[in-house]
Amino acid sequence: MAFASALHCRECGREYPIEPNYVCDFCFGPLEVTYDYDAIQKAISREKISDGPMDMWRYDDFLPVSRENAVNLGTGMTPLLKADNLGKELGLNNLWIKNDAVNPTYSFKDRVVSVASTKALEFGFETLACASTGNLAGSVAAHGAKAGMKTLVFIPADLEYGKVIGASVYGPTLVTVNGSYDDVNRLCSELADNNPWAVVNINMRPYYSEGSKTLAYEVAEQLGWRAPDHVVAPLASGSLFTKIWKGFNEFAKMGLIDEVTTTMHGAQAVGCSPIAKAYDAGVLHAKPEVPNTVAKSLGIGNPADAYYVLKILKEGGGAAVAVPEDEVGEGMILLAQTEGIFGETAAGVVVSALKRQAEAGVFDPDETVVAYITGNGLKTQEVVASSVQPINIEPNMEAFEAKVNITS
Amino acid sequence: MASRRVKITFPEVLVGRPLVYNLGSKFDIVTSIRRADVGAETGWVILELQGDEEEINKAIIWALEQGVRVDPIAGDVIEG
Repeated sequence: MAFASALHCRECGREYPIEPNYVCDFCFGPLEVTYDYDAIQKAISREKISDGPMDMWRYDDFLPVSRENAVNLGTGMTPLLKADNLGKELGLNNLWIKNDAVNPTYSFKDRVVSVASTKALEFGFETLACASTGNLAGSVAAHGAKAGMKTLVFIPADLEYGKVIGASVYGPTLVTVNGSYDDVNRLCSELADNNPWAVVNINMRPYYSEGSKTLAYEVAEQLGWRAPDHVVAPLASGSLFTKIWKGFNEFAKMGLIDEVTTTMHGAQAVGCSPIAKAYDAGVLHAKPEVPNTVAKSLGIGNPADAYYVLKILKEGGGAAVAVPEDEVGEGMILLAQTEGIFGETAAGVVVSALKRQAEAGVFDPDETVVAYITGNGLKTQEVVASSVQPINIEPNMEAFEAKVNITS
Repeated sequence: MASRRVKITFPEVLVGRPLVYNLGSKFDIVTSIRRADVGAETGWVILELQGDEEEINKAIIWALEQGVRVDPIAGDVIEG
């Protein structure tokens, strides 16, 4: 059952009922779900979780909706793989990859959209909507199809056609909007405030973002009920990052794991790195910027949760790392060629940030480090097109032996 | 009467300008500051603009022309 008891303002603490609302009427601060932790503690145990379904809904006691009504494509319980080859390359003996690229629509967004679409149905919405340039669009369209909801996806008019197909196949109403990124952003925000739609990352945001906590729960359970020493995760809006932190701490609060001493490391590409720049400047407020990065899925120039990310880093001793744009593809290739995992550009950012932190001596070689891979590389193939270097031969043995040296 | 909740971010050169005052005096709108953090180099103000829809739009366009950023309080809602 769901133990969500209210929404509370992350700034002033005012409480609100569980409704489709995302902002405090008083200070305009963001709202977050509050739970009845005493009730959860009485209901929860490691055994109960272990006996649950083999997907993210095994943790529904920590989510604002219950699994009985879940819009579920089979999301979660993705592999946590010991990355010995990449670890050897980086001098890390306990490196793990959380491969969330294998979710139903090939990104972690299925976790948040599964929660948001379930909550939207519970509230009685008939239309599920989002504004997206990729992963979110696909996930919303797929969940809308599964839930039998009308689905509305807004995309910038200049978005590459190939990126649209991953959403359009599920049959949403696709609206392409002319204008700059900021123009599209402003329009979508206004539309969300003035229409009876469940916009997953606007009026459903308090519920939507809770889905990312399952990334922490799964890792803790898969590591044998403990939090890692270090996490390296991508930073876009900052929501995923803060919810991973929240997830570990909720598990500790409920006594499911020991006290959390995890150090959090956030990864951005230089072309869109407002959080890393604020971290470097030692301030808690990120200055908005116009995204210009190959890591499109991290291209959020005005991240809603930047302040909360920077607060975690300040209090927990972590770091926000900006990797050069040319290291994004290198990171993707390094991951693919050491661990056989083809992650998208955000994965390249994470692996490159991991490499930089390892080379800087931030990790003790025996510490447990978990890197989050949040999307599939098939969505961003163009960034690693240079890896295609076939050896062309005539169809005979002589040509093969003359040109192909498989030991090289 | 319409209402719009926005975040205005100032670059260094505009931090000292009375932009919020001008929004209220140049346009027929009411401005209500809810949170703010303004320093010597940069600053932001979260405020509510109330008035006719058209007047609010004109005020936002004017603010953008002055060189500040005007964003929805939800931040960037277009996700990858």
